[in-house]
Amino acid sequence: MTKTTGEFIWKRKHLVGLDELSAEEITYILDTAESFREVSTRSIKKVPALRGKVVGLLFFEDSTRTRMSFELAASRLSADTVLLTSKGSSVTKGETTLDTVRNVEAMGVDIFVIRHSQSGAPHMLAKQVSASIVNAGDGSHEHPTQALLDIFTIRRRLGGLSGLRVAIVGDIAHSRVARSNIIGLRKLGAEVVVVGPPTLVPAAITAMGCEISHSLDDVLAEVDVINMLRIQFERFGSGLFPSVREYSRLYGLNSERMARCRKDVLIMHPGPMNRGVEITSEVADGPNNCILRQVTNGLAIRMAVLYLVSQAAK
Amino acid sequence: MNDILIQNGRVIDPACGTDEIADVAIAKGKIVKVGKVAGKAKEVIDAKGKIVCPGLIDIHVHCREPGHEEEETIATSAAGAVAGGFTTICAMPNTHPPQDNETAIQYVLQRGAEAGLARVLPVGCITKAREGAELAEMGLMLEAGAVAFSDDGDGVASTSVMYRALQYAGMLNVALMQHCQDGDLSGGAMNSGAVAVRLGLRGIASAGEELMLQRDLVLAERTGARYHVQHVSSAWSVELIRQAKARGVRVTAEATPHHLLLTDASCASFDPVYKVNPPLRSATDVEALRAGVADGTIDCLATDHAPQSDEEKELEFALAPFGMISLECAVALYAKALIDTNLLDWPGVIAKMTVNPARVIRADSGALAVGADADITIIDPKKRWTVQAEKFQSKSRNCPYEGWKLKGKPITTIVGGEVKKP
Repeated sequence: MTKTTGEFIWKRKHLVGLDELSAEEITYILDTAESFREVSTRSIKKVPALRGKVVGLLFFEDSTRTRMSFELAASRLSADTVLLTSKGSSVTKGETTLDTVRNVEAMGVDIFVIRHSQSGAPHMLAKQVSASIVNAGDGSHEHPTQALLDIFTIRRRLGGLSGLRVAIVGDIAHSRVARSNIIGLRKLGAEVVVVGPPTLVPAAITAMGCEISHSLDDVLAEVDVINMLRIQFERFGSGLFPSVREYSRLYGLNSERMARCRKDVLIMHPGPMNRGVEITSEVADGPNNCILRQVTNGLAIRMAVLYLVSQAAK
Repeated sequence: MNDILIQNGRVIDPACGTDEIADVAIAKGKIVKVGKVAGKAKEVIDAKGKIVCPGLIDIHVHCREPGHEEEETIATSAAGAVAGGFTTICAMPNTHPPQDNETAIQYVLQRGAEAGLARVLPVGCITKAREGAELAEMGLMLEAGAVAFSDDGDGVASTSVMYRALQYAGMLNVALMQHCQDGDLSGGAMNSGAVAVRLGLRGIASAGEELMLQRDLVLAERTGARYHVQHVSSAWSVELIRQAKARGVRVTAEATPHHLLLTDASCASFDPVYKVNPPLRSATDVEALRAGVADGTIDCLATDHAPQSDEEKELEFALAPFGMISLECAVALYAKALIDTNLLDWPGVIAKMTVNPARVIRADSGALAVGADADITIIDPKKRWTVQAEKFQSKSRNCPYEGWKLKGKPITTIVGGEVKKP
């Protein structure tokens, strides 16, 4: 295939998920992020790309790093930001999400970055408002910028995606990070195996083009990347698995398991980590981890995404 | 002189196996003759090329009154019914307050009579306040005019309550209609499966329907009571009903237009117009359901017309309420699902909208019998039209068929010998 990046024109005003993107579009975002990555190394870490634009950060669900990452990305592009944080759905306050967003839009916002507990909320909004919508995580559905930064990190470390084998371990059923990663990795030619007990790994996930393994030990030797998902505290005692102890024993990544992996295996985690549950400190801080690199790269990815959707909206 | 003479129509009356070109004469609200009718009438309707059949019956409609009159009223339901070719609709009791006593039943009948359009027959609750704990006064509601009982919206979760309800309904010889859904397996927003997994939406497993159905079939068999399965949605449910019928269980069942035409793939747009309970299932389920309708396992076609306001359907998918409307386009939808696919012919479809549902609710209607009330529907089977919900009589617009190009439309609805216009 010829390299078309040079003449590629980005046309999407919204980024609601990786599901609707082509491999070429995903690659274009990654390439754009490469050029923004350099900005963070300057002494004056700012470019005027979004000067005069307003980015509305609407976090209807708790978030620390994603929110800060988007906020910093917007400010490095010289955009102004407004921030709304609201626990739970705005329905409980008597105002619908749509009304909330329409109200903020009326203040003259150009791009909305939306984090919402409901799957599909950004998709619903993209049909109803005229500003750009960037999905910062919707329910258990998608978290496109997290997957893009994961894929970006793999590409930088391992050179490319095609032919790689990636394991995603943990609560796949409730994970938007897992879904976006499966979609993006498959589109770029990587193989994906999701690992966990059947109560956390729905059988129908194979329709997304991945394989399932219920044994972490079975996949250790064959994968290039292991992405360890966080086991969320609200799942404890939910009946989805017997105990944290058993989960940790069966699906936790420790030095003993690391010894059976390929030497150059890449260990990832979207954070925040439960040290000692899904990953031990030795592994999390060990030579194969790129967990903090993911966070750094996230900034470049989010700058690229904000820049691209604003260009398309012109 | 006759009041109305319908001439030269294709008269289809599945109750007595009629399918012939004939005239139908109506006088003083009753059918006086079916066959070759000579002489004049005050009103002559030329039905050449049209189907003339017993008035259509929809045994599953949510009229929303009392409680949610902003979404629908008994009068707008009756108007929508007439527009859709229905002469009789059954009002589900999950209103606010619910139809669980004789006064509430009388209210529905009175509001229906005031509207003066389609007949609106109330279904009463099986349990008080639909709470699933104590039996509602079925005997008194039956005397007041209820035609069947259901806690629709929910199934009766308690096995002992359902057992008693069937024993009691058996004494009254009235059908209990069940919304089969195991409470423990509920709580999702759409069908369990690959689409729900991809969308990150919580699923509603078919097993939830099948488990309650299987329990109820055992209870219906033991009690000998009449049991009706509402809005069957899964392939396995169809098979369970088929086997029960073979054993002689007194079970009847209905299928909706949406479960015969749509799959869970529609939910991929996150548009809550496709959110319905039971949920849209897989293509395999649709196929099995169609086969069940074709072979007689499913006796009735019923819309489960469930109006919801635009405000509520503008919410996020998982937060939006269940329900979709189809009363005013149902005939064409059934034709698309069952006739265009060569599974049934017009007499086959009409049987499931007339005589079969009439038997479930023990109504005298559903046939073109001389001396019976003149409830008649005239259908133009060739009329092509496009669904535009804004033109519906319904107060709501949550119609998943918006913009669909359909064939076949009821053009005249006669109730008690009067041509009804919405």
